[in-house]
Amino acid sequence: MSRLSDWHIMGALALTGIAGPLLFPAFAAQFAFLWLMVTFALTWDILGGRMGYNSFGNIVFFGIGCYAAAVIQRDMGLPYFEGLALGLAAGVVLAVLAAVLLGSALLGIRGHYFAIATLGLAVASGEIAAGWRYVGAGSGMALPLYPGALGERELFFTWSLLAVAALCFLFCRFLYSTRFGLALNAIRDDHDKADAMGLRTTPIKIFAWCVSAFFLALSGGLAANMIGFIDPRDVAFAGATFGVWMVLMAILGGKGTLWGPVLGAIVFHITQEIFWTYLLGWQRVALGALIVVIVVFFPQGIMGWWAEWRARREAA
Amino acid sequence: MFDNLQLLIEFPAVTLDVVLNGLLIGAIFALAAYGMALVWGVLNIVNVVQGELVVLGGYITFVAVQWGLPPLLGLPLSAVVMYGVGWLIYRGVIFRVVDRDIFISILATFGLSILIQQLANLVFGAEVRSVDAGFGSLHFLDGMVSLAAVKIAAFVLALGAGAALWFFLRKARLGQAIRATAQNPRAARILGIDTDRVFAATYGLNAALCGAAGSLAVMAWTIQPYMGLPYTIRSFMVVVVAGVGNVGGVVAAALGLGALENVAGFVLGVEFQIAFVFALMVLILVWRNIRAARQRSYLE
Repeated sequence: MSRLSDWHIMGALALTGIAGPLLFPAFAAQFAFLWLMVTFALTWDILGGRMGYNSFGNIVFFGIGCYAAAVIQRDMGLPYFEGLALGLAAGVVLAVLAAVLLGSALLGIRGHYFAIATLGLAVASGEIAAGWRYVGAGSGMALPLYPGALGERELFFTWSLLAVAALCFLFCRFLYSTRFGLALNAIRDDHDKADAMGLRTTPIKIFAWCVSAFFLALSGGLAANMIGFIDPRDVAFAGATFGVWMVLMAILGGKGTLWGPVLGAIVFHITQEIFWTYLLGWQRVALGALIVVIVVFFPQGIMGWWAEWRARREAA
Repeated sequence: MFDNLQLLIEFPAVTLDVVLNGLLIGAIFALAAYGMALVWGVLNIVNVVQGELVVLGGYITFVAVQWGLPPLLGLPLSAVVMYGVGWLIYRGVIFRVVDRDIFISILATFGLSILIQQLANLVFGAEVRSVDAGFGSLHFLDGMVSLAAVKIAAFVLALGAGAALWFFLRKARLGQAIRATAQNPRAARILGIDTDRVFAATYGLNAALCGAAGSLAVMAWTIQPYMGLPYTIRSFMVVVVAGVGNVGGVVAAALGLGALENVAGFVLGVEFQIAFVFALMVLILVWRNIRAARQRSYLE
């Protein structure tokens, strides 16, 4: 991106995010989900793309964020915004703690064992939430109503989720420009050599997962309040939808690149919103087919494909 | 929750009942796990679609019984049809990911599993299905221990199928080609083995094993479109514990898992049984990693 700098694109996206829901109030919820998807793809890419640890379990932190906010808002008896703030804070703290604990146990596992272990983690946590009566078991939890007017509510959550996504993007951008970002890439490219070079790989890996957990929990609490209801398997620990989409969007955009996950999330979300309604119940079948097609035929992603195309043009 | 645990301690006959029923179900896990070990060893792929192949096998028997066929005939039928399905899956998707990064094959088979699971949901509905083989139950110890005869039949058939596979891999020409390819695909190619066909046959064989497992599952237990992933995870867990090329180990681990899972379901409540399976798998991987780390530190 030579003449068109990162800051131009970021500015354009921010402007769309702020003005979009004002100009098209009917699409406010679509914008909100778009930013949620961007956060999903970005947080997945920290481990999956940059560090080479392909996780199916990041959805766990989103679920922790959802449930922490719901429980605090239910039990503390605080006014709405205080409750929301405390709920988000609690969600973040719990999710980061979980990332430290799970990370120290799981991040030593390598390759496909890690992928399957995190898949197990995601399903197990959904099943536990679905059987645990304190958090509503299988019937889920309802969240308190937003006190303001109807249109205001949409705007509030759309802009909050935009803020989380923007914060996440800027933090990742900063992170990848530091030695820490290089350390992540070193772990991906050759774990043993990174160890041998004296990198303290375990704390690095755990910290990276904590960053994911932080932003996922934050967006989880907000998304739960926006949707107004959390189901253990279909919203909070939705491994078969959100959990897979994260991976798919990052790969579609181009994993291990800065803009890839953002681009993948935007393309995926728009495609989904346009075509999904015409599929009449076949959406999830189409999702399965889409995963196979993208993974088998397009594993380099849009950014990867673009880089190849430019390289070929320069060579010619 | 722990009332049931006390029940198990106070009445050994109840314990025996729970453990035996679990062991019998474990034979079904052994079939699916053996298929997974085969594909893992030969194609170097973790086949996440394994459980959906089991469920599909179950539906084939279910449909066959609805058409008036005797349930036990559903077993060979499921196996044969699933061999074809497996061959198609290999020709459609798997052969493109065989040599690639292992995460690509995990994700591709995961996509296939969502695809098949949702198709099954649309075609057969989300209801829990089972087939009554019409065998009745056997009772021991004054009715304290009751075993459905069909479960015993499933146990025997599963072990029989495993034994047949063991002989096939050692004595048949194709079986020997499969083992040669598992040991060294390049050398096998040099010696004139068409490894692509061996891969296709291996995958088909795996699907046939899963089909047989599913057919037994629908007779001895139940099937449902979303029950696939637990079978995948069980198979994976059994292979991780037993090792890829170890038939006896796979059978032992699968039977143990069946018994353990049934006891856990009895103690924790059925709603936590799936959570137990997945959490156990995570624990096994963590434990395996800790052991490996300890071995590494000995080397230093």
